[in-house]
Amino acid sequence: MEKIRVKGFGFAYQGGSVALENINLSVMRNEILGIMGPAQSGKSTLLRCLNRMVDALPGTSRKGSITLDGADIFSGEIDPDDLRRRVGMVFDVPVPLPRSIYENVAYGPKLHGVRGRKKLDELVEFGLRSAILWDEVKDRLGTSALRLSGGQQQRLCIARTLALDPEVILLDEPCSGLDPISTLKIEEALSELKSKYTIIIVTNNTKQAARVSDKAAYFLMGELVEYGRTKQIFTVPRDRRTDDYISGRFG
Amino acid sequence: MIRLDPALSQKLVRWVLVSLTALTVSILVFIITYVLLKGLPVLGWEFLSTGAVDAGRGGGIFPFIVSTVFITVVALAIATPLGVGTAIYLTEYTRETAATRVVRFAAECLAGIPSIILGLFGFITFVLFLKLGWSILSGGLTLAIMVLPTIIRTSEEAIIAVPQNRRDVSTSLGGTRWQTVTRVVLPGALPGIVTGIMLSVGRCIGETAAVIFTAGSALGTPTSIFASGRTLAVHFYILATETDAFGMAYGTAAALIIAILTINTLAYWMMHRIMRKYS
Amino acid sequence: MEKLIEKGLLVIAYSSIAILFIITFFIFKEGLPFIFREGLGTILGGVEWRPTKGEFGILPMVVGSLLVTGGALVIGVPLGLSCAVFLVEFSKPKVRRILKPAIELLAGIPSVVYGFLGVILLVPLIRVHLGGPGLSLLAGSIILGIMILPTIISISIDVLEAVPQSYREGSIALGATTTQTVSMVVLKAARSGIVTAVILGMGRAIGETMAVIMVTGNAVAFPGSILDSIRTLTSNIGIELAYASGDHQEALFATGVVLFVMIMVLNLVASMTRKKRIR
Repeated sequence: MEKIRVKGFGFAYQGGSVALENINLSVMRNEILGIMGPAQSGKSTLLRCLNRMVDALPGTSRKGSITLDGADIFSGEIDPDDLRRRVGMVFDVPVPLPRSIYENVAYGPKLHGVRGRKKLDELVEFGLRSAILWDEVKDRLGTSALRLSGGQQQRLCIARTLALDPEVILLDEPCSGLDPISTLKIEEALSELKSKYTIIIVTNNTKQAARVSDKAAYFLMGELVEYGRTKQIFTVPRDRRTDDYISGRFG
Repeated sequence: MIRLDPALSQKLVRWVLVSLTALTVSILVFIITYVLLKGLPVLGWEFLSTGAVDAGRGGGIFPFIVSTVFITVVALAIATPLGVGTAIYLTEYTRETAATRVVRFAAECLAGIPSIILGLFGFITFVLFLKLGWSILSGGLTLAIMVLPTIIRTSEEAIIAVPQNRRDVSTSLGGTRWQTVTRVVLPGALPGIVTGIMLSVGRCIGETAAVIFTAGSALGTPTSIFASGRTLAVHFYILATETDAFGMAYGTAAALIIAILTINTLAYWMMHRIMRKYS
Repeated sequence: MEKLIEKGLLVIAYSSIAILFIITFFIFKEGLPFIFREGLGTILGGVEWRPTKGEFGILPMVVGSLLVTGGALVIGVPLGLSCAVFLVEFSKPKVRRILKPAIELLAGIPSVVYGFLGVILLVPLIRVHLGGPGLSLLAGSIILGIMILPTIISISIDVLEAVPQSYREGSIALGATTTQTVSMVVLKAARSGIVTAVILGMGRAIGETMAVIMVTGNAVAFPGSILDSIRTLTSNIGIELAYASGDHQEALFATGVVLFVMIMVLNLVASMTRKKRIR
């Protein structure tokens, strides 16, 4: 079943600098889409459009449409705050809020009016378990999240997103600052999460895209160069530029 | 003109600068030590806990401490929400436009208005026009205007220093702007905001011209915000200019200086800690 | 709800502008009719101030304000600037880290305390050693000069610290001494910032009331020498507001209008030099 459809989508920042041009792709439910591309290729911009984080920027313009379960996310019917609850996001650097581990995970549910210790306890445990962090922190939920290691912090951020029970998870180069073992743990968590969520991961690590994604897309200077099954892209790329990139001759 | 040898002039300039700096610092240190030396012997429990006798020639300063605390609390109860609200609006709700520049310019102008003008304004507006009379409320309102620019500026700086990515996290979890402000931005900016408030408290305690014509100089302990009250600084001014009770004046001055320096030192200490945290 | 909060914050943010307008309105409403009735020329140009006999010339006060402010700058600027240059360019960072906050703390000492010490210590000194009544333009200038030191030092330090280190290195690399580097490179680069510091110090001096009332003697006359008594615009309001009524009270508001306009012009100039610096 189709979860997200991006159709003829274009986006420009203030002053008319075009970040995305005529993007067409779709993501199925319980599928992982890996988006690859060099810096400034528009991949993060697309991610930030998918949960309307770009709303806060002045003077932007867009074309085309993005639909979630068939509904245009930029239409008036969808409340951006509700959209962001349904479409969670994990940033490139882990940003734990200066609170306890427990409070970090409970932050989202509390924003959306979840009250009661028991309900929150459940959500916190659920989030931490899903992000494969529970066993490491269950005895010290009250300690500051800033005391966790970088990899643990990033999994905490994933847990924080999961506690809202989203439908889609966007990850913006979630492993860019992490060591290989932490990266592996996050990839492990992702493959388990796939059964419940739709995942889009932006990465400039082609090997990571090859390992975790079902479908892959290659962005270059705001253009979607190639998009298809991961296996196909990594074995028989249709575009020479994709071939250059994944074989390491470029980017 | 004779051209001095650079090495010699270097020595000369250094020597002049060292002595001028030493002079400046010693003047300032002298002022504090002199007042404390003269005032501390007067400053006992009796002095702090009793009312004035014979227009301040005898007795203590208790009613004036109460008035000072009262007026300061009223001033900050008004200025803090206004100042922090303004700072939140300027930093979180709008981008730099002509309108925000006008707001900033107005705050700058307010900061430059001499306190005697604020006293004039408070007298004609609060005391006479609004018929609040000489009262804690009139004085508090006037002082609120005086410290508003300080609170706006320090709050703005504190809010800007909160890392942007924390706001992004809150937004990405579906937080509304106000939720993000109250749950992420303000807690992060709180130490800086408190520093600004404490600096303002120091200014309220030391101010004379703006309160003497708005809060009056009643000798008794004020029982409501509509009663007139004499602040410590006003009491000190009256003692110094209208009586010869210099001993009492020194005691009052010592109380003033200790209160202000303690609050300001705490404020600077907090500011220092914040700066260390972010750098 | 969100919309409501945003509207509320907008109203709060614009309150600074509103307050500035209200202050301007009330001061001018009380002062302007009087100025129109008597004529700006007779007030600004008049040398006689006899409010009970209907003579309201404030020229001596305008001159007094300008003289005492000028005197304060003559004392405060060289001292303050030397202090800042020494702390930034010549001293160890540790010394600066201790002295800068210490000097800023002194900005919190109430002006009445400065005034009192002026009366107790400085005025007799002038009377005995230099002659005259002691309560004088000189005493006012010295006290105000000391009072503006923290403002000038603190802003100058910030400005000097903002001069890029590469400027200094470039000059030192050419074989210049620290003195040459400071006088030829650093002070030039920091010029407009230092001007801002001086203007802000000037604003503080011209608006100061209580300390000036206490040490200048307050005679309405043109001083023949720096040992003569003067009265400033602020003192004029501070001394007489308590018992003025009718025309007399309006004349004090007219004095306020003149002072207000002077301060606003200063603010404008300060804000312009600051913008230039940013550019």
